[in-house]
Amino acid sequence: MKLNTFGALGLALALAACAGNSDQGNTSGTGQDTSAQQSTNTGPVPGSEADLVASAGDRVFFQLNQNQLSSEARATLDKQASWLARYPQVNVMVAGNCDDRGTEEYNIALGQRRANAARAYLEAQGVNASRITTISYGKDRPSVDGDGEDAWAQNRNAITSVR
Amino acid sequence: MSLFPDSEAEFLKAHFSRRSLLGGVAAGGIMATPLSALAQQSGGGAAEITVANAHQAPIPIVISNFGPGIGNQMSEVISADLGNTGLFRVMSGDIPTGIQPDFSALKARGVRAVIAGSATGQGSVRVEMRLWDVLVRQQLQGTAYTASEGNWRRIAHKIADVIYQRLLGEAGYFDTRIAYIARTGPRHHQTTRLALMDQDGANAHILTDGRWLTLEPRFSPVGPQIAFLSYAENRPRVYVYDIDSGQRNILGSFEGISYAPRFSPQGDSIILSVTTRSGGSDIYVVDLASQRRRRLTGSSSVIDTSPCFSPDGRQIVFNSDRGGSPQLYIMSADGGGARRISYGSGHYGSPVWSPRGDIIAFTRIHQGRFSLGVMNPDGTGERILTEGFTVESPSFAPNGRVLTFCRQSAAGVGGSGFSSNLGVIDIAGFNERTLPTSTGASDPAWSPLRR
Repeated sequence: MKLNTFGALGLALALAACAGNSDQGNTSGTGQDTSAQQSTNTGPVPGSEADLVASAGDRVFFQLNQNQLSSEARATLDKQASWLARYPQVNVMVAGNCDDRGTEEYNIALGQRRANAARAYLEAQGVNASRITTISYGKDRPSVDGDGEDAWAQNRNAITSVR
Repeated sequence: MSLFPDSEAEFLKAHFSRRSLLGGVAAGGIMATPLSALAQQSGGGAAEITVANAHQAPIPIVISNFGPGIGNQMSEVISADLGNTGLFRVMSGDIPTGIQPDFSALKARGVRAVIAGSATGQGSVRVEMRLWDVLVRQQLQGTAYTASEGNWRRIAHKIADVIYQRLLGEAGYFDTRIAYIARTGPRHHQTTRLALMDQDGANAHILTDGRWLTLEPRFSPVGPQIAFLSYAENRPRVYVYDIDSGQRNILGSFEGISYAPRFSPQGDSIILSVTTRSGGSDIYVVDLASQRRRRLTGSSSVIDTSPCFSPDGRQIVFNSDRGGSPQLYIMSADGGGARRISYGSGHYGSPVWSPRGDIIAFTRIHQGRFSLGVMNPDGTGERILTEGFTVESPSFAPNGRVLTFCRQSAAGVGGSGFSSNLGVIDIAGFNERTLPTSTGASDPAWSPLRR
């Protein structure tokens, strides 16, 4: 196993950066940009991210330091699984996130643990494993600004986004 | 071709030195030669001051002006380096070069040591410095440095290191750099860039373009390399970056997220963590030459992370929730014999072993508040150095005397009030200060002494 040089990738990144885009992965990971895909008259485009949000909900929440799925979380994932069955061509990324009351490094693992929990549940509901990728942002991509119990509860999540 | 879009370039111009944005950093090129001693009036006595409790008794030292222009700036850098340690009380005074200082007058002012010097030449600069011990009326050090003028700050840091070493009896840490993550933008979506600056905050420049989330830079103890975590292509994994050549290489080949890298004490391998499909995280060592990897821990859904070698390479301190909550553990370098060492209230994380070997620094989280502390490698002697909403990611200066760390404040509605800065604190828990950075900053990593 030799070192993989980063040259080609580095150039690609640099060219893309010239187009003025910012951190792409996070936008999709946190599902913040769904409205852009929405048509004002006809509702979300079927099979789109906005459709996922409207039809199933894109995120599930976790207790402090936990990755157990609540009944509410399982209900959301059930709907996501049904939605994915309707659009078999759609692949998704599940991003795990944490509140900021843990260390950066531990939270990367904890976020991945949450993403895995959501993925395992979706797979158990019949979604093909090859359609789901996972990522963890630890505590670095909070959904909600602010520090307090309410914000922390919303930031302990796994967010499904269309790839 | 610029590697940055125009808006970025404007931002960068405003916030960073544009010297070598993505390229190499000029290496040393500083030559030091001893200066012959001036005629001594009297000799004898110890040539090294030993300060048993430097905290209570900072050493009164006169740092004279090295002359107009660069000389003046060098004196300011030396004064700042020494003054910022809290171990010296820098006093003003003009000491002529070429003759012995007036020891009696200095002693009457309570001065213990004196630096005299000069800086001459343009393009190539020659800097002479002499360090005098006032009490024993003796020259402790006389050195001439020649280097290109652009290296004047490094010469000043090297002089401060010599003074520190001669007066305190241990190596300094001023001719060093700090890698960190420069942070801009809203709290919920910060742009993160790998950045590098001198330990005093000068010469800050950035190494990555901010397109992908970038975290956890760590210096090699031996070479110009930084390991770090990048989310490039939505595949978070560890890269090794060569500061001089600008080349970046992916470290190893893992299915999960590879993260939390640290170099071994010899710099020939990197220890890191890799997430597993079962919700855990294992610790691996990757040999840099062969890229061969070896798994040291792994038990289904347990998170083992933040590994760090002891300076002798024989042990590893790491963070694990194998007992139910994140705590600190020590194991042997081959992965065996893990035992828990943290027993205070709350959770622990981000342990780092002092280069002296005698203590481990860590983050502790209790009832939603963070603190930064140190403990002995056997878990005894825990001391909290500082506290805050978030204080984490400690990194030792190469002499083990001070820590840099990240301090963040709580964010209010809309992210207002959020700040992320780099702090520095003496391991005795005093003299905490904030490093000057022109943007938000986190994840500091102290370099070894430069050569």
